[in-house]
Amino acid sequence: MKLLQHKFGLAFTLAAAALLLVAPQYLKNYGVYLLSYWLVFVIAIMGLNLTTGYAGQKSLGHAAFFGIGAYTVAILMKAGISFWLGLPAAAVICFALGLVLGFPALRVQAIYLAFATLGFNTAIWLVMRNEEWLTGGTFGINNIARPAVLGYSLEGNRPYYYFVLAVTLVMAGLLWGLLRSPWGKAFKALRDNPIRAESLGIDIRNYTLLSFAIGAAYAGVAGALFASLVQFIEPGPFTVGASIMMYLMVVVGGAGYFFGPVLGAAVGVVLPEWMRDVPGVAAWYLPIFGASVVLMMVWLPDGLLSIPDRLKARRAAREASAQRAAKAAKMKAGS
Amino acid sequence: MTDFIQLFLSGLATGSIYALAALGFTLLWQASGTINFAQGEFVMLPAFMMLGFLSLGAPMLVSVVCTVLLAVLLLGWVFKRGVVDPLFKYGMMPIVVATIGLSIAMRNGVRAGYSAEAHPFPSLFADKLYNIAGVTVTLQDMGTFALAMVIVMATQAFLAKTVTGRAMQAVAQNTESASVLGINVPRMIFYTFAINAVLAVAAAMLVTPTYLAKFDMGEGLGTKAFFAAIIGGFNNSRGALLGGLIVGVCENLAAAYISPAYKDAVALVIFMVVILFKPQGLLGKKEERKV
Repeated sequence: MKLLQHKFGLAFTLAAAALLLVAPQYLKNYGVYLLSYWLVFVIAIMGLNLTTGYAGQKSLGHAAFFGIGAYTVAILMKAGISFWLGLPAAAVICFALGLVLGFPALRVQAIYLAFATLGFNTAIWLVMRNEEWLTGGTFGINNIARPAVLGYSLEGNRPYYYFVLAVTLVMAGLLWGLLRSPWGKAFKALRDNPIRAESLGIDIRNYTLLSFAIGAAYAGVAGALFASLVQFIEPGPFTVGASIMMYLMVVVGGAGYFFGPVLGAAVGVVLPEWMRDVPGVAAWYLPIFGASVVLMMVWLPDGLLSIPDRLKARRAAREASAQRAAKAAKMKAGS
Repeated sequence: MTDFIQLFLSGLATGSIYALAALGFTLLWQASGTINFAQGEFVMLPAFMMLGFLSLGAPMLVSVVCTVLLAVLLLGWVFKRGVVDPLFKYGMMPIVVATIGLSIAMRNGVRAGYSAEAHPFPSLFADKLYNIAGVTVTLQDMGTFALAMVIVMATQAFLAKTVTGRAMQAVAQNTESASVLGINVPRMIFYTFAINAVLAVAAAMLVTPTYLAKFDMGEGLGTKAFFAAIIGGFNNSRGALLGGLIVGVCENLAAAYISPAYKDAVALVIFMVVILFKPQGLLGKKEERKV
């Protein structure tokens, strides 16, 4: 049964990968762009899922890292530095800032931490908006080029999509490996019971900081890809509201589920973008989304991907009660 | 010096509005462990209710009364029964996420269903300026500060002096012993939600004449109310008042003397300093961590 499930999961993953590979052939230019947009957010939300879903640190400042990644690449490229240096620079800068932001997390927990990270996001956003010499202020930075690899230009939407897909798969592979390593176990222990984790010899200080830093690095990479994808950045997509939306994407997909971000990003960015031009629906998407989040918390607090687990648990409970009934009947017949 | 006093006074007016929202925040937290992320929208919605009643031709006083009743029903009773009660058993974070969803729904619902524009809002006070020893103050600022103080003090007095108020405090301090003593716990918690709704209406009446009624007016307000509550001390209702005033005054002074562009970072900086050195807030008591 377990093996069968594993095989099924593998087959599903392969089928999804194949679909992602051939999809651009059947889509218009905008569709391909939207798919890339989605994958960029999948990378960012994977990072937040590590920080929040696996390690249990409530971060409401993820869009700040996303923005720092985007601005790092944009500013460096405007200074004539290659994208291929900008991308790792974005990841490293975000990693370092993530470590710094982790420090308040050592002092305060849960809701205090959520507001500390939210405040951090406000501060970064204010810098992006006000420091015109660096970030272009509200005018932003435009004409950000797309990179070339080995002389092959990624300028078109299709080649860039395949590049983003490749990065997404690499980042997902790294996260998968990380979660299966002792580090992954330590992160989960930190989430489930920090005091017990500490008494078992897990250095909760280091792991708290690392969970922030690695999550931030993912956002940095996603931001770098985002800058080159949309080719024009301004402070708008990196507000506190965007961070809150990212947090909701983690929760809606299923916090602590590996494939949660795939679903969360689809609901959070692709659907609204897709319905933008549908009259009557566009304006009501967010109110309906918000109301659905409220309802979901009441009926499905662990997110969309918890549905299979719930069904399984219900089946197990039913089988157990049937077994008990059979046993009771047998005992009655015996006596 | 006169500039400083002027800035200080108008800061007090803004701060007292933050204090109203922050007080509701701490009361909800004490009574039911609810962190309400939609607190800013709880201020925004009554402003639009009020506009709705006024546009129906109701006089000011009638509109206020109707708004208070509707707010207690929607933001008090419906919010408690529909969102908080079903989620209470799961702990704090599901309520936080649900109220985030609620704030998105309310904000964008008003935008989609009513208007995305900013609407002027009638002031409770006449448009007058006073000049006292070279310091110019507006009646709006002084009236806002005075009225907000009266409301905060009245809430405090209600909690401290009346039987119902003391019962509510007992519920906040220890729910189990309160119910053993024969206090109707669910009713007391509902009263807290009702008071929060009334405080939100009061904040709406005072803040909207200056900042106009707009679907996103709650965004900054809710965050600052939370910062104010933490700065003052989350488990102390007097802390909300202190925190609100500190944030309002510092913000106004920083905007004038440091940089208007970074005004919104002031609450954050004070918040960071406070949680790093005194996580329980200026007036708060320490809470023990449980395994």
